[in-house]
Amino acid sequence: MTKIKLDKFCLVAAIAALLALIFPLTGIDPDSGKQIAFVSDIPGIAVAMALSVITGAAFTWLGVGRIQYAAIILAVAVFGCWQAVGALYNHGIAGHAATGFWLFILSLWAFVWRGIDVVARYRSLETAKQQSANILVPIAFGIWLLFLWEVIVAGFGVPQVLLPAPSAIGLRFISSTDILAADFHQTFIKAVISGYVIGCGSAFIVAIAVDRVPFLKRGLLPLGNMVSALPIIGVAPIMVMWFGFDWQSKAAVIVIMTFFPMLVNTVTGLNAAGALEKDLMATYASGYWSTLFRLRLPAAMPFVFNALKINSTLALIGAIVAEFFGTPIVGMGFRISTEVGRMNVDMVWAEIALAALAGTAFYGAVAYVERKATSWHPSFRVRRH
Amino acid sequence: MTLKAVVNNVAQMPASADAVVDIQKLSLTFQTADGPVYALSDVDLTIERGDFVSFIGPSGCGKTTLLRVIADLEKATGGDISINGVSPQEARENRAYGYVFQAPALLPWRSIERNVTLPLEIMEIPREERIKRGHEALKLVELNGFEKKFPWQLSGGMQQRASIARALSFDADLLLMDEPFGALDEIVRDHLNEQLLKLWARTNKTVAFVTHSIPEAVYLSTKIVVMSPRPGRIIDVIKTDFPKDRGLDIRETPEFLEVAHRVREGLRAGHSYDE
Repeated sequence: MTKIKLDKFCLVAAIAALLALIFPLTGIDPDSGKQIAFVSDIPGIAVAMALSVITGAAFTWLGVGRIQYAAIILAVAVFGCWQAVGALYNHGIAGHAATGFWLFILSLWAFVWRGIDVVARYRSLETAKQQSANILVPIAFGIWLLFLWEVIVAGFGVPQVLLPAPSAIGLRFISSTDILAADFHQTFIKAVISGYVIGCGSAFIVAIAVDRVPFLKRGLLPLGNMVSALPIIGVAPIMVMWFGFDWQSKAAVIVIMTFFPMLVNTVTGLNAAGALEKDLMATYASGYWSTLFRLRLPAAMPFVFNALKINSTLALIGAIVAEFFGTPIVGMGFRISTEVGRMNVDMVWAEIALAALAGTAFYGAVAYVERKATSWHPSFRVRRH
Repeated sequence: MTLKAVVNNVAQMPASADAVVDIQKLSLTFQTADGPVYALSDVDLTIERGDFVSFIGPSGCGKTTLLRVIADLEKATGGDISINGVSPQEARENRAYGYVFQAPALLPWRSIERNVTLPLEIMEIPREERIKRGHEALKLVELNGFEKKFPWQLSGGMQQRASIARALSFDADLLLMDEPFGALDEIVRDHLNEQLLKLWARTNKTVAFVTHSIPEAVYLSTKIVVMSPRPGRIIDVIKTDFPKDRGLDIRETPEFLEVAHRVREGLRAGHSYDE
């Protein structure tokens, strides 16, 4: 007789959900000395737990070999998450969650882990299906982390000042879009974009000059290295003194931060073209500029984009930190420093979320252009026969 | 065809008026930290218009260096060399030759068509004309239909053919080829040799061809230059008179084997087995 292989994650999920039905859902109310809520009082979560037991038991035997099975356990997990959040806020469990509740979360965790694992390993020759699977994995994982954050903060009753729940941050984000938009405009559109363009653009041109003039290579590169080692905390106040409180001083900080990575990468990239290719261009009596544009710059592009990606995140950090040292009464860094002082931590988190979104979008945009511009590079090649 | 696979010592012949490459007492010494390396010494050679000259010899014998001196990719340290009556540098600036390297050296960000038309682009030839000539060059190497592909989508043999098309695209009279088929398997190599020979017969170009395969050298050439290392020098020049439209089957004939034997003897004589 063949040995049946049990699916361990589903087994954990089933057992944890079963125990969740038995153990107390909440702690004891200090005032009344009674349990705050019972599973039997909340039909939603009871159904979700029972469903988890059944599904977990079933797939322990069946295994989660197929993507359809993964969809079923993920659906059960989504229903469970929804009921758990509902129980937290509608039935007073928030701040009093106990063993039963956390066992149920453990059960959900096992389901989500197994489900995402199957989706992540999904391979299809159909591009559309494969791409949706590829997108689904990070989204599902992100949502799961937000759920965990929410449940842990609410379940343990963590004070808002220490860590607000994602829902509170989300509400704050939505209710203060006008302030966030003004801050975004000040910090990102004005300071980050202009500083990034000036920093990367000037470094690119200087790199070509450095490459052309040998003494610059020996003289300027070590100096550039020194500039890049300057602490941003030290430079930012000086830039504010030089260029004033408005976005220009932040752009200046960003220029200092982004200049060197771009310079070094471009200089390296300009030397990336092989000796064979250079000989080839020589046999056509190709001049300096012709070789630069037809061979050396295209060969340097992967290096240039590398710097552009590094700088896209550096620029945002630089702008936000620089705003701590003097700014008009708008800007993401300004908002973070003042709202922290007023204990409005949810607003701080809303700004952090905005910075994360903006930074990710910026990086993503640069990465997208890179993919289009250097599609020939081995790391992006797709067979197109 | 007689077996007077005529053997001449070309060095003693007067330089013909129709010489494409004329080399006299050429030497090249590389200065290295370990002392001078004598890459070429006392080389005399004339390549006439329409010749197919093969350079054969063990590795390190300077055959590639000699080709690079002709192409002005290396500078000779002694002696005289002229290409079409001018210095190698002038010849290079006049785009007098097309060079095919050991590796295809196709630029990965350019399609096959744009790779093949790269020299034309550098020569600032109008776009329409470039595309027309690119097509013709690709047709010569039987790669028409692959214009829009990228180099990495082609096999090694096809890539090397594309690089030959690129060298042909601007119609230079002199073709310099540095072991172009060295990395390919025997069958592909035979096929490309046959194609190259046809191309040479049709276009009447002058070809200088570096190889370390004896059959390849004998099959392709009108003149085989046997070289020996340390210092790189010419030890024999063998002239053959196989018909221009020869096929691969010629390699089975006694005449062919005779010439191949002679080349082998030359190589053996020039090789010191003391290491």
